[in-house]
Amino acid sequence: MGLELYLDLLSQPCRAVYIFAKKNRIPFELRTVELLNAQHLSDAFAQVNPLKKLPALKDEDFILTESVAILLYLTHKYKVPDHWYPQELQARARVDEYLAWQHMTLRRNCLRILWHKVMFPVFLGESVSPEMLAATMAELDQSLQLFEDKFLQNKAFIAGAHISLADLVAITELMHPVGAGCQIFEGRPALAAWRQRVEAAVGEALFWEAHEVIMKAKDCPPIDPTIKQKLLCRVLAMIQ
Amino acid sequence: MGLELYLDLLSQPCRAVYIFAKKNRIPFELRILELLKGQHISKEFSQINSLQKLPTLKDGDFILTESVAILIYLSSKYQTEAHWYPSELHVRSRIHEYLGWHADCIRSIFGAPLWIRVLVPLIGAQVPEEKVERNKAAINGALQKLEDKFLGCRAFLASQEVTLADLMALEELIQLFAVGYDLFEGRPRLAAWRKRVETFLGAELCQEAHGPILNILEQAANKTLPVPPPEVHPTMLNRISRIP
Ligand SMILES: N[C@@H](CCC(=O)N[C@@H](CS)C(=O)NCC(=O)O)C(=O)O
Ligand SMILES: N[C@@H](CCC(=O)N[C@@H](CS)C(=O)NCC(=O)O)C(=O)O
Repeated sequence: MGLELYLDLLSQPCRAVYIFAKKNRIPFELRTVELLNAQHLSDAFAQVNPLKKLPALKDEDFILTESVAILLYLTHKYKVPDHWYPQELQARARVDEYLAWQHMTLRRNCLRILWHKVMFPVFLGESVSPEMLAATMAELDQSLQLFEDKFLQNKAFIAGAHISLADLVAITELMHPVGAGCQIFEGRPALAAWRQRVEAAVGEALFWEAHEVIMKAKDCPPIDPTIKQKLLCRVLAMIQ
Repeated sequence: MGLELYLDLLSQPCRAVYIFAKKNRIPFELRILELLKGQHISKEFSQINSLQKLPTLKDGDFILTESVAILIYLSSKYQTEAHWYPSELHVRSRIHEYLGWHADCIRSIFGAPLWIRVLVPLIGAQVPEEKVERNKAAINGALQKLEDKFLGCRAFLASQEVTLADLMALEELIQLFAVGYDLFEGRPRLAAWRKRVETFLGAELCQEAHGPILNILEQAANKTLPVPPPEVHPTMLNRISRIP
């Protein structure tokens, strides 16, 4: 058994891993774990990742979680083109800087937007107060501004002239609010142009293949009540 | 101008950077900015780091934020001893796995008690009791995972030697300890790990780096902490509202 990747393309870090592996023609077995069906809470998946989170990688006996760790593992193991994680000290530091920054900012904001705007009302049948939603949107706006001003500036990509892991992690986050129906690229021409560049660098077909699930998130049918019981407390813990 | 590090030793990621630079004898100019005095939101510093966060590194014209990025940059530029950030694929992956989890599950939870006990009262704000209780439960859950999943039966978090992961973790735990959390009580494996890390770092360096935070309750009781000026209240209140 070679490389196995446990993913659900509904999840933004899973999309980053998926696009990276496909784009670099890394051979892997896709193991889809459906989050909305609580498959990640199964005993079988707990054997792979006791923390019950996606994405997870299994390479023979070696199991690895956390998207950034997985992306770096694949980068080193498969000798992908240098631009993904440049050798040059300062460019590399820019990638590391973004990957560390995003956790408490874009990652947090984009996750909350999807849950507050779509998953709570449509999927879980729980209402979200307008104030809560407004606060989430305001926080996202602020992070987007920082992203443009500090990380993108007037560069083509975060680390300079070429796409890196940082851009991939960023774009897969930003497509979350898009899936939730927020036009975040409107009125942000620099951000929109960067998105175009990332899409072109990844390849249009692969980009949209990876984002098909999230673009349809608004249409997901209401959850089965027994599964809701299982998911709810974990979801709350994740977005509180 | 050589390497400059903008730090406040009351901040956990700053302590990690400080200890790393000192332990590895990396020559640097220490630029202390006191967060409680709002020195990080000055015009001058905003020009260096528009995010107004510490730690920040300045190396000639090159400016870098985020403790993890700074640690990796220093380890590579100064060729520090391999054990900190080994090139061996599996150990390095374990370090990043820990750091990813740390950013999601340790950082936001473990920072809260210092806010609840010391910083919130300092500006006359409040945190709902419900959040305080939830925070305690979250800390216990995270400590358990830290012990069971990340430490397991290893000497250190990612390998049999000290790595960047241990340093980042230690500084979060020290902060909890400093505000009166008995987190090593009843967790012998975690307590032994702490001892190993501190022994490796050396008592003198630990004393120097941890001194200010270990004194924080005493300072709060004696009212000798700086009172944050009104300009920093908005960012402080924002931080408080984000306590999960
Ligand atoms: N920091 C982790 C985040 C992992 C994570 O939170 N994954 C989510 C999906 S995006 C998950 O599996 N959630 C399920 C749960 O916690 O119940 C990474 O980047 O891999
Ligand atoms: N993820 C960052 C965290 C940086 C951070 O939040 N620093 C705090 C001190 S621990 C800060 O500068 N706070 C000031 C503020 O937000 O106003 C890192 O690890 O460097």
